[in-house]
Amino acid sequence: MELFLQRLFDAVSNGSTYALVAVALVLIFKATTLINFAQGEMGMLGAFFALQLWLWGVPMWIALVLAMILSAILAAGIERVLIRPFDPADHLPLVIITLGLFLVINAVAAIVWRFDPRSFPNLFGDGNAISIGGANLGWYTVGTIITVVGVLVLLQLLLTRTKIGLAFRAVSSNLESSELVGIRVGPTLQFGWALAAAVGTLAAAVFVANPVRQLEPSIMLRVLIFAAAAAALGGLDSLWGAVVGGLSIGLVQSVIVQYLNQWFSFPTTMSLAAAVVVLMVVLLVKPAGLFGTAAVERV
Amino acid sequence: MTNRVLEVNGLEAGYGLIQVLHGIDFHVDEGEAVVILGANGAGKTTTLRAICGMIQTSGSVKLNGEEIIGAKSADIVRRGVAHVPQGRGTFPELSVEDNLEVGAYTRTDGEVEADMERWYETYPVLYQRRTQTAGSLSGGEQQMLAVARALMSRPSLLLLDEPSLGLAPLIVEDLFERFAALNKEQGTTLLVVEQNAQLALGIADRGYVLASGAIDVQGPADELINDDAIRRAYLGV
Repeated sequence: MELFLQRLFDAVSNGSTYALVAVALVLIFKATTLINFAQGEMGMLGAFFALQLWLWGVPMWIALVLAMILSAILAAGIERVLIRPFDPADHLPLVIITLGLFLVINAVAAIVWRFDPRSFPNLFGDGNAISIGGANLGWYTVGTIITVVGVLVLLQLLLTRTKIGLAFRAVSSNLESSELVGIRVGPTLQFGWALAAAVGTLAAAVFVANPVRQLEPSIMLRVLIFAAAAAALGGLDSLWGAVVGGLSIGLVQSVIVQYLNQWFSFPTTMSLAAAVVVLMVVLLVKPAGLFGTAAVERV
Repeated sequence: MTNRVLEVNGLEAGYGLIQVLHGIDFHVDEGEAVVILGANGAGKTTTLRAICGMIQTSGSVKLNGEEIIGAKSADIVRRGVAHVPQGRGTFPELSVEDNLEVGAYTRTDGEVEADMERWYETYPVLYQRRTQTAGSLSGGEQQMLAVARALMSRPSLLLLDEPSLGLAPLIVEDLFERFAALNKEQGTTLLVVEQNAQLALGIADRGYVLASGAIDVQGPADELINDDAIRRAYLGV
């Protein structure tokens, strides 16, 4: 029971970070129906920005906010220079560009910060909020949950209560009609990229703030795969779906894989494969995901 | 002299290597309802898309006397053209209310709410369904929403692309009565592209017949409707 609880807590903690990265993926997918394969790396770079600022003496949370702003500006530039010149309807070149970005950002981070793992400051304090028997719910886990909920609430407000949010939802819903109501589509998509980058940076920072992890250039590689599976499970265009998907993938990873390991000596390193299996099952059984909008074209 | 809202001269347009419009001339005056008729593939939709800067064009398109050819769609819309594209052009995932709100996207005056009330009064069914998503409305309701959405920008010219497409005959008749009311009572200047010639000429002041990307016949609507050649060729009677 204690073991189960502990795994559940771990699942929630991991799942929350997958959820955050998945939210970043969804923000770009909603607007462009494109998966940004560089999302994880962009977050990693943002986490390095935060770490560097912190090492220079900026208080941690301020460093993190500054890093989110920096990565948003960078993402806006990337959108303008590398994404916008291409036809948004032709996905293959865009996918290749995001894969290229993945490699470039990874290489740049490795050149600047090397591959040595670095400790990231603990954002949420040490110790446990609750201990039930031997199972500990750390402040870190509590912090990640609050972060996810906070981000979602803020995004929801931004998308439903502001003019740029309305434009973003309009562009997500119907690109051509958006132009026909006078929305400048390019800058609106750019806003989506910037927003996604800020969320991605927060996600990466929260992920590496876990005392058991350290920041290094490849840290987000696995996270991206889990997050992509989470986003697909949630429906790719639903923010709350991404959260449910993230938590589910966290559960699959922590609970199922570890029990499979305990009972059938299933190697725990196979958890990545488990995410891919989830991804495949979703694509086969319910391509629109749990909360996604099925593509229906009325003529 | 009445104000010329739209003046098109020598308009050529196409998609890639395929040229669809071979230099057409027409105009729309303030308060008029003008219809462009033609069979499938005659270039009707292309004409509207060309006016809105959605495709490659050459020639001259003047809106209230100003040249707009080559401008971006979003800018042309900001200068007073509202376009209801074929297939309704609503935002299916957005609520009816958000659809109207986004229609007023370019406006900065404080009367958006008042306008919304006005179109809710004109189309009460939209008020009833204001919290529903546009995608859940019936085809006729969606067309009404698309029109109301377009009018929220307070356009000097409203373009309607085949509003009858895919709708039941009774609903189409009702819609066209509403278009006539918009034009005659609210003073909205209309440019309608239609295959249903009888219905469209019924609400129009003047008409143009487009064939293979060129203007074939033009004249007052009541003359066109009685012109034997046109009746045979385009009205199927």
